Amino acid sequence: MNYIVPQSELKIVGTRPVRPDGVDKVTGRATFGADMTLPGMIWGKVKRSPHAHARIVSIDASKALALPGVKAVVTAADFPEIANEEAFVGEGPMNFRDLSRNCMARDKALYEGHAVAAVAATSQAIADEAIELIDVRYEVLPHVIDVEAAMAPGAPVLHEDMFTTGVEPKPAKPSNIAKRVSFTKGDVAAGFAEADVIVEGRYTTQPVHQAYIEPHACVAAVSADGQAQIYSSTQGQFMVRAYSAKVLGWEIANLRSYPMEIGGGFGGKTVVYLEPLALLLAQKSGRPVKMMMTREDVFRASGPTSGAVIEVKIGAKRDGAIVAAREVLKYQAGAFAGSPIGPGCMCGLALYDLPNVEVIGYDVVSNRPKVAAYRAPGAPITSFAIESALDELACKLNIDPLALREMNGARDGTKTHYGVTHKDIGFLSVLEAARSHPHYKAPLQPGQGRGIACGFWFNIGGESSGAVHVNEDGSVSVVSGNPDIGGSRASMAMMAAEVLGVPMDQVRPIVGDTASIGFSFLTGGSRVTFATGMAVTQAAEKVVDQLKTRAAQIWDIPVDAVEWKDGKAWPAGLNAGAFEPLSVAQIALKAGRTGGPIGSEVSLNAQGAGAGFGCHICDVEVDKETGHVKILRYTAIQDVGKAIHPAYVEGQIQGGAAQGIGWALNEEYIYDKNGKLENAGFLDYRVPVASDLPLIEAVMVEVPNPRHPFGVRGVGEVPIVPPMAAVANAVRSATGLRMEHLPISPPKLRAAVDAEAKAG
Amino acid sequence: MSKHHVTTTINGEAVEFLCETQETLLDVLRNTLNLTGSKEGCASGDCGACTVIMDGKMVCSCLVLGVEAEGSSVTTVEGIADGETLHPVQRKFLEHAALQCGFCTPGFIVATKALLDANPNPTEEEARYWLAGNLCRCTGYDKIIRAVMDAAAEMRGEARAA
Repeated sequence: MNYIVPQSELKIVGTRPVRPDGVDKVTGRATFGADMTLPGMIWGKVKRSPHAHARIVSIDASKALALPGVKAVVTAADFPEIANEEAFVGEGPMNFRDLSRNCMARDKALYEGHAVAAVAATSQAIADEAIELIDVRYEVLPHVIDVEAAMAPGAPVLHEDMFTTGVEPKPAKPSNIAKRVSFTKGDVAAGFAEADVIVEGRYTTQPVHQAYIEPHACVAAVSADGQAQIYSSTQGQFMVRAYSAKVLGWEIANLRSYPMEIGGGFGGKTVVYLEPLALLLAQKSGRPVKMMMTREDVFRASGPTSGAVIEVKIGAKRDGAIVAAREVLKYQAGAFAGSPIGPGCMCGLALYDLPNVEVIGYDVVSNRPKVAAYRAPGAPITSFAIESALDELACKLNIDPLALREMNGARDGTKTHYGVTHKDIGFLSVLEAARSHPHYKAPLQPGQGRGIACGFWFNIGGESSGAVHVNEDGSVSVVSGNPDIGGSRASMAMMAAEVLGVPMDQVRPIVGDTASIGFSFLTGGSRVTFATGMAVTQAAEKVVDQLKTRAAQIWDIPVDAVEWKDGKAWPAGLNAGAFEPLSVAQIALKAGRTGGPIGSEVSLNAQGAGAGFGCHICDVEVDKETGHVKILRYTAIQDVGKAIHPAYVEGQIQGGAAQGIGWALNEEYIYDKNGKLENAGFLDYRVPVASDLPLIEAVMVEVPNPRHPFGVRGVGEVPIVPPMAAVANAVRSATGLRMEHLPISPPKLRAAVDAEAKAG
Repeated sequence: MSKHHVTTTINGEAVEFLCETQETLLDVLRNTLNLTGSKEGCASGDCGACTVIMDGKMVCSCLVLGVEAEGSSVTTVEGIADGETLHPVQRKFLEHAALQCGFCTPGFIVATKALLDANPNPTEEEARYWLAGNLCRCTGYDKIIRAVMDAAAEMRGEARAA
């Protein structure tokens, strides 16, 4: 069924109820990964490489094992060798050999912080002591950190078997370039030949961490017959089960994975780090094992997103019509292949209707932690470059930057350079909302500047399961297989309640473990409200059908003579008014006599995710003396399809914008000459705090996605795409300085001011 | 290693515990007393997820040793509500959707209570600077600040701001 109707016809969807899991989260009752304990539980800790690149010559754990209280030690020798096999999971490729070697170094440590051994002991203090007693001999190797240095001939090679794919002929020598990808549309040389104006730029971004406040944590238990349980803070309990089983060589059916509350992920909890180690330590010790990362571990050993170098060239006619665009992207992958170079190549130019495009991307390894997904993986990096270049173009042509985007913006029927044709998109509606917003016309004071930038994310669907059960008293349970990272329990309950016609508080949503609900791909790609919401909606519809059938039985009339309205069965047609309507509770009471329990589970592979577009307007004030950039006002406009719970949609937009502002102004990984991370803590890796930001106005534009019953589009990822360029463009507007390198931190801005003064 | 015997008051109740010298108050709360509402986000005083009120002062419990709790009075997030009745700050966080993942929320609830105990009528800027030691990565702080200002208004007995 389709519920894309005016808001006035919806009772629950589109309202702002208190979230069902809210009270537990404001009172401290909610149980996150590290809050879990099991009887007899002991503590696991990881020994990590102090070197950026080193061959592991030997590991001697005998002294650690002799320490009273130490129950088990594991190294790579305890894990099976995994074949080199690439699978495509959700948003990107996954190589399980690399995953295994990232969880536990084998032969070589590839970055500072790489796990080389793990221990389990009866107390944290003993485990810490045991870590120090494990004797690892290294042969330190030359390392490489910078992406272009890693690509240069003669760079230290991380993987002797890495031969660049995507180039002909196949290279004869290994290198750090895992692959080259390219997309072409039209004739880019001919396009530039037609151009009246050309802008070119070379932009760089630094790796930034997702910086979820909750460090990774899990508790594992394994019984003597091989049945195992894993409780972890993750974006996907089914992912934890599949990846852990793969890394350990265990059968999936022997592993039951329980999702704990998750303290933020943003893509960073879409892989496993500790879980296979904890499971193996639990098996070896015969005791449940808890493992937690420290904040330092999180920075050094879990995925940030790529830093990158991007070269952009854009050509346009004098009236602003873009005739050609060329982009070369070099993305850091960390120690193993798999940067988000694919989405990077796709997303930056996907917003525009361009006749001639050439995009070339490189996936490059270096001695850094393996990158993990971070909110619209790859897109913010490319859009920083493209949206900055478009701002330059607008300046050069002396046209309004919004008008430039309106003129070239993608619309229904626009074919992207990667082959997809846009359908039912709302980009022009977003631009229209930006133009008519008072912020766009508000006056600025001297020293202040305004920038705009746009962003795109394709959003995904995928495999999801949802179950709706009517309980004996008429209350309703909704079970999904996706961890609730930002209010999805609320949106699942709201969609189910809307379909059933019952009040929200009659519906209790839970997140099931891997044995309680059918397979669901993880919470990521802005897919849950879309795909899992579709499964829950369909399950609720099946429950309505059952409720009608039961009412028909109770009344002894044909089922097609029963209507479902306002949460009740009503006799319709010839029987209208013949019986009193039956509520869910009244039907549930007689379920045993009319066929048994009422409920339904739907598993599906949701297709037709609707792409999302955003446009951000940012005002800044720049202090040229200190190099400090103050964000004065920020407005984020986005096509959200249909906001199921508008407050949590706004929250996604505001949170994404804030992360992007941090990326723009402060956040970066800083390495010393030995390849050691110098700022592995929240004091020196500075994420935005409350006093850094103004209120962030989120403007929701609703262009429904016709391929979802309520019109939903993913909303979580688009908002982190525009901010870096929006801030940089605002800085240019305030100072005339084009900041091509992130972050726009005080030292960088000071240097740019000085360079300009010197140039006179 | 001999342990220290500590007598203290937590959320209004007399509590005794044994702890090792190096154990932080946060370790004791979480691992010994099973008060897991206070969270460890950094263990270095930078994120505020472990915020508690100790003798009327807001502190990061990861920067206080367990033994320092001797003779003191500590309020954790578990002690903010009055039984089943939520504190206005907790209620306003829910009404304003001022949480997403909820991990930083206990620290914010405690820090906000401490703010409003000290300053019942903060400006938005004062609230932002008071809470600058509490990191939230999900919300961008917008809805948190709105919840704080609304809770303050309600506690002062003013009508809810639009």
